[in-house]
Amino acid sequence: MDIAWFVVLSAFIFCIGAAGVMTRRSPLVVLLCLELMLNAGNLALIAFSKMVGNQEGQVFALIVMVVAACEVVIGLGIIVAMYRRRVPIDVDALSELRG
Amino acid sequence: MSATSWGWLVLLFPLAGTLVISLGWRVWPGRAPGVIGSAAIGLSFVSAVLMLLELLDRPHDSRSLVDSAYTYASTGGFDADMAILVDPLSVLMCLVVSGVSFLIHVYSVAYMKSDRGYTRFFAYLNFFVFSMLLLVLAANFVILIVGWAFVGAASYLLISFWYRRRTATAAGIKAFVINVIGDVGLVIGAFLLFDATGALDYATVFEQTPRVFATNDGQLVAACLMLLVGAFAKSAQIPLHTWLPDAMEGPTPVSALIHAATMVTAGVYLIARMHPLFEQAPAAADVSAVIGATTLFVAATIALVVTDLKRVIAYSTMSQIGYMVLGVSVFAYSAGMFHLMTHAFFKALLFMGAGSVIAAMANEQSLDKMGGLRKAMPFTYVTFTIGALALAAFPLTAGFFSKDEILAYTLNRGGAYTILAVVGYVAALLTAFYAFRMVFRVFHGEPCPEARELEQGHLAHSDPVNPATGEPEDVEVGYPGPEHHIAEREWPMKAAMAPLALLALVAGFLQVPGVTDVLEKFLEPTFESSHYVHEHPSDSSEYIGLVIGAVISLAGIAVAAFVYLRRPGVTKHLAERYRGVHDFLANKWYFDELYELTVVRPFAAAGRFGRTVIESAFIQGFLVGGTVRLVQAGSSFARSIQTGELRAYAALLLMGVGGLVLYFLIVAS
Repeated sequence: MDIAWFVVLSAFIFCIGAAGVMTRRSPLVVLLCLELMLNAGNLALIAFSKMVGNQEGQVFALIVMVVAACEVVIGLGIIVAMYRRRVPIDVDALSELRG
Repeated sequence: MSATSWGWLVLLFPLAGTLVISLGWRVWPGRAPGVIGSAAIGLSFVSAVLMLLELLDRPHDSRSLVDSAYTYASTGGFDADMAILVDPLSVLMCLVVSGVSFLIHVYSVAYMKSDRGYTRFFAYLNFFVFSMLLLVLAANFVILIVGWAFVGAASYLLISFWYRRRTATAAGIKAFVINVIGDVGLVIGAFLLFDATGALDYATVFEQTPRVFATNDGQLVAACLMLLVGAFAKSAQIPLHTWLPDAMEGPTPVSALIHAATMVTAGVYLIARMHPLFEQAPAAADVSAVIGATTLFVAATIALVVTDLKRVIAYSTMSQIGYMVLGVSVFAYSAGMFHLMTHAFFKALLFMGAGSVIAAMANEQSLDKMGGLRKAMPFTYVTFTIGALALAAFPLTAGFFSKDEILAYTLNRGGAYTILAVVGYVAALLTAFYAFRMVFRVFHGEPCPEARELEQGHLAHSDPVNPATGEPEDVEVGYPGPEHHIAEREWPMKAAMAPLALLALVAGFLQVPGVTDVLEKFLEPTFESSHYVHEHPSDSSEYIGLVIGAVISLAGIAVAAFVYLRRPGVTKHLAERYRGVHDFLANKWYFDELYELTVVRPFAAAGRFGRTVIESAFIQGFLVGGTVRLVQAGSSFARSIQTGELRAYAALLLMGVGGLVLYFLIVAS
């Protein structure tokens, strides 16, 4: 199959993820969309690795998965902590870093 | 021990005295600092005498010794040693400085007894003596400049001794600023000499001078004039004289020691010491002679009308130093140094007497309020009169021989110098008059209330106010103390004044024309390179000069007696009649006003301009403030990006990445 399909698919998924990060207000959905973007990246890595014919891209995809797992753990942890402290679960309300 | 070892001891005793007194200021009980200080100077004087004896043991032609302790600065071009020069001139200066200083220290032990700054006073005074001795013993320009600057600093400290008095601190600053002008002159002069001769020690410089400089060579004249700026600032010669009358704000012993007997004569010493230079540059010496003659006349005229007792003596000091400067500038070195010595005796004596009078008057210094103290203060009266006789050059007193010797040498040069000598004789008449104006106004006439009180055994007291401005004094530091001390009641003051009175009477016999010439013989080794050392006026012309001097002196005293004893009202009448002249003199020839207009005001205006425009507007407003505003603007922009909105950050991030991708795509294609 032509590599272009994979890349186009990956770009679609990435754009969906990015749009979700920018438009959704629930941190849970933002996290999910981040996962989408990361996995879009993974898809592109594996596709190119197959095309070039070595394993480096696949190894890299594995590492990205590990990082993504860590990120989800921390992100979900933060969301749970917010819920427990009765902080509103809304990224727009969380603007304490304002300079 | 050799003469130079004694020379080092002369220096070390006062230094040790300063350190011991100042480091132990908490420990010393009561009068101890005064005793330590006096003892240090006394030992210094003894060492100076032993140095003299050692020097006299040596053959006539090897009486100039240089001893170096260590190298002070070693550079590629020259080495400056911590070295002293012991020769007849410096030994004479050491004897005068340490001897008179010793007596003034003894006087101060009693006079300053109830001052709160007693310890500080003696620490300063010992430091001054050390600096002065360093100045006269220096064997090269570096040490000379160090001593010169130290002396100015000591003078500043002692003038502003009562540092809560605004007038005293202002006078101290004035003296310091003018002295620094002199210091700068001295440094530039030394540099010009170093530039030409490549050395800074006297011996080499003097040896090189005739070789590298033609007579009246431009650079040499410039160097000599710069040295003269130093000498004139230190010796209060016109136009750098205005600090000396104001320096009378210091305690009276300070006036006696620094501003009459020793420091102000440093300029005379400098000219005498630098005689090989001035003989090679007669133009500079002539400038100096003219300035000396001008000063001696101007100061004498001012002394006629000033009513502050200490300021009268201060102006007479200026005038007498004018004689000395005239003397050494017409190459009559021994005559100038002779007058320096006798003047130190009688002027210190006059100041001590004035101190006693001022104490009896409870710090009142105005002649207008004094009178008739003769009966109440017999000792002060006698000694003060002896001092005044010597100042007036009364026949056979010390001032008689020394002043007339200077004038005889000046006349002997002939030509235009005759005018300077005539000015000197005219001023001598004025001197005799104002000397006895003081005596008659203070001690004769109607007794003032204080004198009557003293006759009944009560010493006058006054509220602590500044006599100059009437401001209340800070009694903790800015005040001579609640008690006053007069010579009649304090033996140390008597012990200090009696020897000086004796010396003021007899010191003149060291140098009677044709009979004795002790001083000239003694100083000869120092000045043997001079072309003028054997140019004496003939004995007969000197004696004619002495007779003229005696007549002038007696005439001046007689006029003073007539004006103040027989017709007490006549001076007021004269002052009214010649209002213009009187005001002109009473305002000191308007020198202060002139400097106020030409120097102080422009400098103050420049200072204000610098403060408001350069400092406030340019540096603060533009350079510093501009930077601050730039950073502020940058940071407020950076802050405006930080909205705290997570989604905005994400959008920015994405836009950034998108921008980068676009950039690489464009570059790649």
